[in-house]
Amino acid sequence: MEYLWAFLAGGLLCAAGQVLIDLTSMTPARILVTYVVAGVFLGAVGIYEPFVQFAGAGATVPLTGFGYLLAKGVRNAVAENGLLGAITGGLEACAGGITAAVIFALIVALVFSRGDKTAKIMG
Amino acid sequence: MKLTENEYGVLAKRRSPNTKMYKTVPAAFAVGGIICCIGQLLTNIYRSVGIAETTAGTLTSVTLVFLSAVLTGFGLYDKIAKHAGAGTLVPITGFANAVVSPALEFKTEGYVLGVGAKIFIIAGPVIVYGLAASAVYGVILFIIQTP
Amino acid sequence: MSRFVKNGTVEMKNVPSIVSYGSAVGRMEGEGPLGSCFDYVSEDSAFGENTWEKAESRLQQHAFEQALLRGSIAESDISFVFAGDLLNQCTGSAYSMRNNGARFVGLYGACSTMAESLCMAAVFADSLEGTLNAALTSSHFCSAERQFRFPETYGGQRPPTSQWTATASGCVIVGKHEAPPFIKTITIGTIIDMGIKDANNMGAAMAPAAYDTIKTHFENTGTSPEDYDLILTGDLGYVGSEILRDLFLQDGVLLGERYNDCGLMLFDRKKQDVHAGGSGCGCSASVLCGHILGRIKSGELKNVLFTATGALMSTTLVQQGESIPGIAHSVHISFDGEQGG
Repeated sequence: MEYLWAFLAGGLLCAAGQVLIDLTSMTPARILVTYVVAGVFLGAVGIYEPFVQFAGAGATVPLTGFGYLLAKGVRNAVAENGLLGAITGGLEACAGGITAAVIFALIVALVFSRGDKTAKIMG
Repeated sequence: MKLTENEYGVLAKRRSPNTKMYKTVPAAFAVGGIICCIGQLLTNIYRSVGIAETTAGTLTSVTLVFLSAVLTGFGLYDKIAKHAGAGTLVPITGFANAVVSPALEFKTEGYVLGVGAKIFIIAGPVIVYGLAASAVYGVILFIIQTP
Repeated sequence: MSRFVKNGTVEMKNVPSIVSYGSAVGRMEGEGPLGSCFDYVSEDSAFGENTWEKAESRLQQHAFEQALLRGSIAESDISFVFAGDLLNQCTGSAYSMRNNGARFVGLYGACSTMAESLCMAAVFADSLEGTLNAALTSSHFCSAERQFRFPETYGGQRPPTSQWTATASGCVIVGKHEAPPFIKTITIGTIIDMGIKDANNMGAAMAPAAYDTIKTHFENTGTSPEDYDLILTGDLGYVGSEILRDLFLQDGVLLGERYNDCGLMLFDRKKQDVHAGGSGCGCSASVLCGHILGRIKSGELKNVLFTATGALMSTTLVQQGESIPGIAHSVHISFDGEQGG
């Protein structure tokens, strides 16, 4: 059952993104920014937390979940360290994802050869 | 030209085919849903070996980022994305692809000014405005909570 | 000396000949409907180089060499080279010509560069007796993508109006009046901007410029579509071609079967994933050099109006919210070399 909800919630968030791409002239970068900021907002007003309880990875894997994580990190940090937490909390909470992306990007840049969309599709 | 800009805009729009949304939206839904299910599966595996909830969540993100990086390296992520659209853009794997692909592309300009400087050329705004929004939230929270 | 008619139209007095031409393309173009027409097809889109920029320069050299080869012309016999491409500061051309001692004129006309350089070469050949003038352009999908759009491995979706930058190059060498094909008249276009802002819809941005230049050419030369076997635009693609037909139809002029677009000819839009068709300087250059000039030479085509179109934008100005200015230049290439029009 939790897989079904994850599939439906995650799918729905992505489908909404596709509607934005197709109907507006929003670039991918704008859509991602919108999703993250929306995630922070929904996390801040307390709507996203119950959504995560309900949909699991369907709520945390899309980029709104990234925003939710930022908000949650800031909330905990402000409770602990006061105003300083507003600055440290966000990055602390999502450090794993960002650092992983940077490290793996460097490894891929070292190991793989550049892409080529005009080449024959592999095997 | 006898047409005004507005009249021409109408003509151009009429001749410009629209995206086939009956194809793109279901594809985005299905692929996005599947990526989330893989995330759920990973979380469940990590939890089943006794890892705490928050740590399992972070591990899931890191694993998904890793998988996306490998697929990007092999030039497969963009092949899937061509059909999946937002289904591969919105999940964290899309964020990873946006970081890895410029790193690979700008290798020819060197590891400092190419890879290092251009790594966030697409994903940078996500981090900038995500952090900015969270900091604003933190300040508001602090003001509200201070008696 | 060439004669200036009016409004951008120049008539050739001595009617120079296209003495040779050459084309070179990448794998996808080689697998397209015109694949067998090209002089050089590379399976390797890097053309043996380690960067896409160098690959484009190498591609351009292949087209240049093929043109020299076909005409049995020595490199040192070329008086002037008019060359251009899509890369910043026109580097694709500058780096392809940097070691061969050619007298080099770098041009930028975006995808209109093949017509632009051909106009220059024609006027030089017509006015300066005894000169051999090369018109040379190229585009490369991968070097264009990284400059104008996204990294190769980035997972983006292209809208149906977008076009595929051709990995292709063409070279035309123009000299004294000899044998067909001949260049009879040219019309230099004016910049037309009808307010299109979508960088994924270049066809719509360029179609008004094509309409304006072709219409002006008809008026200044006293010709009509019926006087040509083929009216050929550079890379309007599906969207731009349909709009061009509409614009002429509003004047009561039916372009009909005699009209075609290089962007629609280079690729098979059903089988190859190129959306609205091909684009890039190399698109019109390779189709002209690989598929059209030979048919004029043999007399299969008598009169061709070649009109390459360009979108004179940059990513910076598009991001600043500016609309996209278009340009088009026309060249009348003919089997018949009757002088003095």
